[in-house]
Amino acid sequence: MIHIVQNIIAIFFILAGLFFFTTSIIGLIRFPDFYCRMHATGKGDTLGTILLFAGFIVYEGVTLTSLKLLLIPVFIFLASPTVTHSIGKAAVNCCAKGWEKEKSKEEGASA
Amino acid sequence: MLMLYIITAVILYLFWIVFSGIFDPFHLITGAVMSLLIAFFTWDLLFKNREISIPERLGEAFRFANYILWLLWQIVIANIYVARLALSPRMPIDPKIIRVPIKLKKDVSMVAFANSITLTPGTITISVEGDTFLVHAIDLKLADDLLSGEMERRVAHVFREDLLPL
Repeated sequence: MIHIVQNIIAIFFILAGLFFFTTSIIGLIRFPDFYCRMHATGKGDTLGTILLFAGFIVYEGVTLTSLKLLLIPVFIFLASPTVTHSIGKAAVNCCAKGWEKEKSKEEGASA
Repeated sequence: MLMLYIITAVILYLFWIVFSGIFDPFHLITGAVMSLLIAFFTWDLLFKNREISIPERLGEAFRFANYILWLLWQIVIANIYVARLALSPRMPIDPKIIRVPIKLKKDVSMVAFANSITLTPGTITISVEGDTFLVHAIDLKLADDLLSGEMERRVAHVFREDLLPL
């Protein structure tokens, strides 16, 4: 009985995590410029990672493996924003232009 | 000094045990010897500021854990918001690069604040220029949330910093 409940909770968490990963990929394809896409991929998956690993931990139960699983999101949380920041900084340094709402409207009107 | 050395060794040993997961004498003794040796070389990297006492450090760790819980909740709210943006057919985004003046002084709290901004979806810290952060926000609502300064106040509380008005 407890196993069934455990599995249901784990599946719920994993599906929710996959949903947020999917939205971040959809965002990657749909957003207009480099910076916005960075929003989607760089950390749109933070919540996805948390939920996915929460699901794995619930599925695993209280073991040494689940402790290791808990450490993976911690390290991702340290590494992911740092990498996103340095990519963004590189983009600013080589003058990548950002998409802006008003500008694109004007261009649309003149075209 | 000795206390800090022992704490470093204990932290390293706990990590060793968790990652190895083998409890026979060979692995436990190797781990103990190695963590004592490595702590000897590296304890002054882990505890840079030796002025802070150990209870103060524990208090800081406790406040930091509290802050992480609040941050997780913020991540949930902001992520749902960005997911809605990505899925809505007309995609009402309005990206802007904004300048956020920061009052934090310590390096640790600035790193924590910049990484928290990047972790909450919708805002990325792009660059640090003196005492302003260059932040790319995907939407003006998320930018306003950031400019309200609540996150900065919480970071300042964690690291016991006084926020002087600019």
